Amino acid sequence: MAMLEIKDLQVYYGVIQAIKGISFEVNQGEVIALIGANGAGKTTILHTITGLVPAKEGSIMFEGKDLLKTPAHTIVALGMAHVPEGRRIFADLTVYDNLKLGAYTRSDKKEIAETLEKVFERFPRLKERRNQIAGTLSGGEQQMLAMGRALMSHPKIILMDEPSMGLSPLFVTEIFNIIKEISASGTTVLLVEQNAKKALAIANRAYVLETGNIVLAGDAKVLMDDDSVKKAYLGE
Amino acid sequence: MKLLSQLINGLNAGSIYALIALGYTMVYGIAKMINFAHGDIIMVGAYVVWVAIAVLKLPVSVGLIIGVAACAVLGIFIEKVAYKPLRKAPPLAVLITAIGVSYFLQSASLLIFSSAKRTFPVSFDIPAITIGSLVVPGQTILILVVTSICMIALHLFINKTKAGSAMLAVSEDKDAAQLMGVNVNKTISMTFAIGSALAAVAGVLFASSYVYVYPTMGSLIGIKAFVAAVLGGIGSVPGAMLGGILLGLIESLSKTYLSTQLSNAIVFGILILVLLVRPSGLLGKSRTEKV
Repeated sequence: MAMLEIKDLQVYYGVIQAIKGISFEVNQGEVIALIGANGAGKTTILHTITGLVPAKEGSIMFEGKDLLKTPAHTIVALGMAHVPEGRRIFADLTVYDNLKLGAYTRSDKKEIAETLEKVFERFPRLKERRNQIAGTLSGGEQQMLAMGRALMSHPKIILMDEPSMGLSPLFVTEIFNIIKEISASGTTVLLVEQNAKKALAIANRAYVLETGNIVLAGDAKVLMDDDSVKKAYLGE
Repeated sequence: MKLLSQLINGLNAGSIYALIALGYTMVYGIAKMINFAHGDIIMVGAYVVWVAIAVLKLPVSVGLIIGVAACAVLGIFIEKVAYKPLRKAPPLAVLITAIGVSYFLQSASLLIFSSAKRTFPVSFDIPAITIGSLVVPGQTILILVVTSICMIALHLFINKTKAGSAMLAVSEDKDAAQLMGVNVNKTISMTFAIGSALAAVAGVLFASSYVYVYPTMGSLIGIKAFVAAVLGGIGSVPGAMLGGILLGLIESLSKTYLSTQLSNAIVFGILILVLLVRPSGLLGKSRTEKV
């Protein structure tokens, strides 16, 4: 059984249908990429999964539980973390307070401290800047903080929305390396990216979205060689 | 010595403004709305205490606890009934609703209690302290002690507890807070409860100083506390404390040295001046976002 199974999902913003009956699945341990142009509905899908946007039809089963029937604030405790588009860190709080909020639903202080150590190991910059106000970090550092904050909940699956957006090429490479590491450590990854080339390079499988529909699906390596994908998303 | 005793008077009024301003600023921080009914919570708190002690003859301590608890519950109730359905509505609709709730509370108490001024049944007989020729009334000492305790407790609550960190998170970004597992509705309810409980404390201190309880007693002090919150930077908890104290001091000094009649005009004039120079208030944030 898939870890995360989305079936016939339909989402509306008012009268406009943003997601037009989408089905896909994410298996334990995979890196899945959702790629597509602006407005294709990638972010909406992630927002619907973690309850920020309500669905009209369909189901989102996560380890046998229908997330559409689960109160949104309890989803993170089930083992699903979401790194939202635009990072959405708490800009007025310190790096450390942001990370602590990532572990909001956990209560074991010792385990939280262990996770914090691991996050600091993965992101040494965050350790250096632990007492700095998060809003004063650079864009790349803020992205790392958003990822670190998500990891603080010790998730089984992590949803990442445009982690490379607005970052310098050096940071983009670093962020994708980190995603690879997160995956290698056993966390499943559902990645939304405009940088299709980088996303396909690290993904196992991918889905291509166009205006609310999945138009292509398959092995990431195969999609990378697909002529229509090359033309539309890889700029070749 | 005259200056010193006026400063103490100013602190007295200012710390009550600060207590009320905290409610405005906390609710603004978390719900992004000005709760214009907040001043009237003071009045409700004072009436509840009056009913409990003067009518039902309950002990003073029990009456005070009931007053504070009733206001906390009322705060939650107002949010659920009047403001929550409008969370996605334009700010103007929320503003008008808040003014409506304010008039509702005043009219309801006018119906129930009539416009007659009731004598507040609690007065704190604490001996004055004399330092040289300076006399500090016992009431003032009590007010300063109680407001300091409230502010320190609130500061610790916000910065040292999990519920406090949830409040900070919700006030910055509701969606992101929810992704962390914070129950946003519960946090908003809690904020209204705390703000209203502080207003009840302010109501008791205010009514015990000024003796009377009446349906519109919360209006002017509510507006002044709102000014204090804006002066300090609305949304900022330290700002509300600073704004309240400053407002009290300015008011007291302008009454003594400039003009009693014009003291309100001076207070509001200073607000306008501060906002011209610092539109976000003294401690409000005017940070540029880094991308």
